[in-house]
Amino acid sequence: MSDAPAFPAVPVMLRLFLTPLPLPLLGLVLQRLAESVARRRPQLFARLGAHGGKAFLIDPTDVPFVFRLSPRSDGPTIEPLRRRDQGAWDARIAGPLGALLAMVHGEVDGDALFFSRDIVIEGDTEAVLALRNALDDAELDLLAEAAAVLGPAGDRMESLARRLTPLASRLTGLALTRRDGS
Amino acid sequence: MPNRKTPELVCPAGTPAALRAAVDAGADSIYCGFQDETNARNFPGLNFTPEELAAGIGYAHARGARVLVAINTFSRAGAAGTWHGAVDTAAALGADAVILADIGLLDYAATRHPELRRHLSVQAAAANADAIRFYSEAFGVKRVVLPRVLTVSEIAAINREISCETEVFVFGGLCVMAEGRCSLSSYATGKSPNMNGVCSPASHVHYREEGGELVSRLGEFTMDRVPKHHPAPYPTLCKGCFTAGAYRGHVFEDPVSLDAATLIPQLLAAGVSAFKIEGRQRSRSYIRDVVTSFRRAVDAHASGLPIPAGTLQRLSEGQTTTAGAYRKTWR
Repeated sequence: MSDAPAFPAVPVMLRLFLTPLPLPLLGLVLQRLAESVARRRPQLFARLGAHGGKAFLIDPTDVPFVFRLSPRSDGPTIEPLRRRDQGAWDARIAGPLGALLAMVHGEVDGDALFFSRDIVIEGDTEAVLALRNALDDAELDLLAEAAAVLGPAGDRMESLARRLTPLASRLTGLALTRRDGS
Repeated sequence: MPNRKTPELVCPAGTPAALRAAVDAGADSIYCGFQDETNARNFPGLNFTPEELAAGIGYAHARGARVLVAINTFSRAGAAGTWHGAVDTAAALGADAVILADIGLLDYAATRHPELRRHLSVQAAAANADAIRFYSEAFGVKRVVLPRVLTVSEIAAINREISCETEVFVFGGLCVMAEGRCSLSSYATGKSPNMNGVCSPASHVHYREEGGELVSRLGEFTMDRVPKHHPAPYPTLCKGCFTAGAYRGHVFEDPVSLDAATLIPQLLAAGVSAFKIEGRQRSRSYIRDVVTSFRRAVDAHASGLPIPAGTLQRLSEGQTTTAGAYRKTWR
């Protein structure tokens, strides 16, 4: 039997803060982020191959919305949606936000998260593997990617944010940046 | 302080990032493959373009590590050019060795690239001294990766009778079939590690929550049902949970992973030259943790220190590890 979950749910205060967020505004921010990642990291999308045309439902089970991602190399899209409005998808990856962020930032192994039942996958398993492998190779740091969206002003924002993230990570339990040197 | 013989630590990489992680964590050698059916981990989103491999070889060589290229599937009739091309590319890029299984491909590599070191893949299932001597004498094979079905004493017996090096798996997914000859995946999906580079391919794998259980299927076959909080299995036929008469359980093999860290002294005494970590399909996080752990273990043994206790169970299929056939208690 597995022990208690390795990834505690996001704190209640953070969930309360996220709940009323206007999804169209969040969608605009995320869409700009996805387009910036596509420009900066074409190899990530090349590694996805034909799976880039599929719809992935990213479901952080401890926050009040899900994300439908279509990582097409010629124009990725990402939409935040209320869970009840998730619509159609080819593959679903669900788990605590902490587990999903730790996987994106290379802190934990995706297979181990699956074996331990910290994450659940459904639908097109091959597409999930392709996405997992492409993200792992990309060595993404979401903070750096967010800063890149802001252009030259992003450098100052990133520098400030990097000073604050250790405390924010401790308070929320989330891997907010990539910490490995690999 | 003792200064015992130090084995070569051979580590997996499915992506350029994983290769760098393996080098940085202390791998002596990294094995990897091209993005096609010429290697036995032909998974979506995995493996190297020739350009990525060239960069990976450059990164490894600059840090004193070697790169071994696995071209270890069996070439299709009428399509041998794909496999020949993979060997040519590995040679042109400066790979330190190729890992081969197909007799025809071994002959091609020995004839066209005699200077390129040849290792025999576990996919060739060479499990006795006569077979190994044949590969060594006929194709100049310098190292044989032994199948995961031998005990430590059997490995010692083989090493006494051969002149080439042996490499054994010490961690990761455990296949106890006659590798290269197993047809279970072909039976269920039409695709095999031997010909297509995929065992139980993800394209045929489906997971579903049904009645509080996680049900895993491979093609048309239900492989397992596990209740909540139990480790999730990957649905390979050899590790499926089946009903046979009154028995219900893992008929062929439990879903566990190999961890032979505690057998490092015995394996070295048996004459093994290199330790191999399985897992080209795993993330750079897995590579970093497992390579770091085995680097410490190998170095500790070389210095006469006790081998640190294993901490890798959480990374394993079934969240459980075994010493496998090395400590065989079954027939």
